[in-house]
Amino acid sequence: MENVQKNIHTDEMINKIPVRLLKNKIYKGLFLLAALFTFILLVVLLARIFSQGASHLSWDFLQNFASRRPEQAGIKAAVIGTLWMMAVVVPVSLLLGVGTAVYLEEYAGKNRMTRFIQMNISNLAGVPSVVFGLLGLTLFVRVLFLGNSILAAGLTMSLLILPVIIVASQEAIRAVPKELREAAYGLGATKWQMILRVVLPSAIAGILTGSILAFSRAIGETAPLVVIGIPAFVAFLPKSVFDSFTALPMQIYNWTSRPQEEFHFLAAAGIIVLLVILILMNSVAVWIRNRYENKY
Amino acid sequence: MKTNDGQNQVQSLLEKKYQNGFLSRGEKVIPVLLFLMAAVSVVTTIGIVLTLIVETFTFFKQISIAEFLTKKDWYPFSKTDASYGVLPLLVGTLKITLIASITAVPIGLAVAIYLSEYASERVRKLMKPILEVLAGVPTIVYGFFALTFVTPLLRAIFPSLEMFNAVSPGIVVGMMIIPMIVSLSEDALSSVPDSVRQGALALGATKWEMTWRVAFPAALSGIMASIVLAISRAIGETMIVSIAGGSTPTASLDLTTSLQTMTSYIVQVSTGDAGFGTTIYYSIYAVGFTLFLFTLAMNMLAQRISRRFREEY
Repeated sequence: MENVQKNIHTDEMINKIPVRLLKNKIYKGLFLLAALFTFILLVVLLARIFSQGASHLSWDFLQNFASRRPEQAGIKAAVIGTLWMMAVVVPVSLLLGVGTAVYLEEYAGKNRMTRFIQMNISNLAGVPSVVFGLLGLTLFVRVLFLGNSILAAGLTMSLLILPVIIVASQEAIRAVPKELREAAYGLGATKWQMILRVVLPSAIAGILTGSILAFSRAIGETAPLVVIGIPAFVAFLPKSVFDSFTALPMQIYNWTSRPQEEFHFLAAAGIIVLLVILILMNSVAVWIRNRYENKY
Repeated sequence: MKTNDGQNQVQSLLEKKYQNGFLSRGEKVIPVLLFLMAAVSVVTTIGIVLTLIVETFTFFKQISIAEFLTKKDWYPFSKTDASYGVLPLLVGTLKITLIASITAVPIGLAVAIYLSEYASERVRKLMKPILEVLAGVPTIVYGFFALTFVTPLLRAIFPSLEMFNAVSPGIVVGMMIIPMIVSLSEDALSSVPDSVRQGALALGATKWEMTWRVAFPAALSGIMASIVLAISRAIGETMIVSIAGGSTPTASLDLTTSLQTMTSYIVQVSTGDAGFGTTIYYSIYAVGFTLFLFTLAMNMLAQRISRRFREEY
């Protein structure tokens, strides 16, 4: 009697197997489709922008200032302006970011203060960029009277990407093996000598990789610049960090928001320039990562 | 004896150097300097909160909190009958966030599951850079894509769709947050130990059954956290919505018409010519503060989820 019942169950199980296997295959297909979708998305995005902008990309486009006449408009002021801004962002954010990471990893005790700073950093990373723009508008533009200058924009962007650089540097510093530190101490190094000559050189690849990605975010970020009041129509080059300027994403935004289609082509050409810069930076980051990967 | 003397000399020299010299001073000054650098990030947070609170307070001196929270119209630019009820901006943000989540959550989770459970090492190596590039594309580029490609495409299919609408920017914001969901959810899935998977497979489960009943539930906290973080990003997304969503604050739930979100209102005022000190100028801080509270709440929720429900193996 018992034996019969067991047989029925086995039959049922065997009958169900094809359905289960089919289900497995269907889901696998769906997941693959989703993965393909993201790939197609990237291809369409790039193809669309290149097909619209490539014909407007020329030496003149790179050499000319902004203009009301689309055929004469160029992005010289925007590219130079972005470079000026990055000349503020790179040293400020790197110094503050790596300094904070060294403090948290090497000096800070495991106490409430450290946990508070750490929690504060991860919350700061989640603050929308437009809110950083509001901070920049009040603090740098109004209170410190920097106006819509390169310095005001650069400092705002530095604060925006600071959490990314801190976290990347912390990970890089944490990855330096303990033996290296102990060997340095054993040779009579002081703590700061050990950090400066052993830990930082070993962690530099990781720090740079993370920082370059953060810098590319600063280059492409638009919202804080809009809020600070960076102009989009600039027909001169800045001479110091206190000058007014325009940046690549601002110029692209300005062209995109005009109704005439001719300006959309210019926006696409500007986006190509922006993407080429970002791809170059990311390639450098990948190159550094591959070159120094798994040293220990 | 002589060598010993020499050693003592060296030792005393070293001691001198360490105790009074540059090195010892450096050792004391440097931690302080580094601490000050670490303090900058705390000061930034305080700066953000203080800025928002102070300027919002100024705004509420001119417009009552009750009006801001309960009125149902947002007409700040009206000269005769200005109205500051934040509801339409909240509805706009909600519409965008909803469409973005509907787009991004299923696709993001599917890609994460595919990468962590099904894909070969070679496919993973191919997909990772694609996702990294998608995550690195600036939002201004996505905005351009929404306005010049997705909107015309959707309008060709649904002619009733207006030039500025909620669907196109919503979908594109979704595309923008897909990489975030994938990368965080995949991390969560990868941290489920293989022994658990093998146990399920050895009991006769198919790969899908193993994924759905074992790996997915075990990684659920991390997956939930990734979704909450991505939604928080969608709430704060600015340029895509400003470019493709229009600038009509409306509390209607219609997805085919122009709308305005909290973020795109801030951009509209910033690009306009509302002078410093006007009510409109202060209103962007009140809206920014509301936005900040929403995203902060979402981020704290994500942290809590991943801490609370973390399974330890």
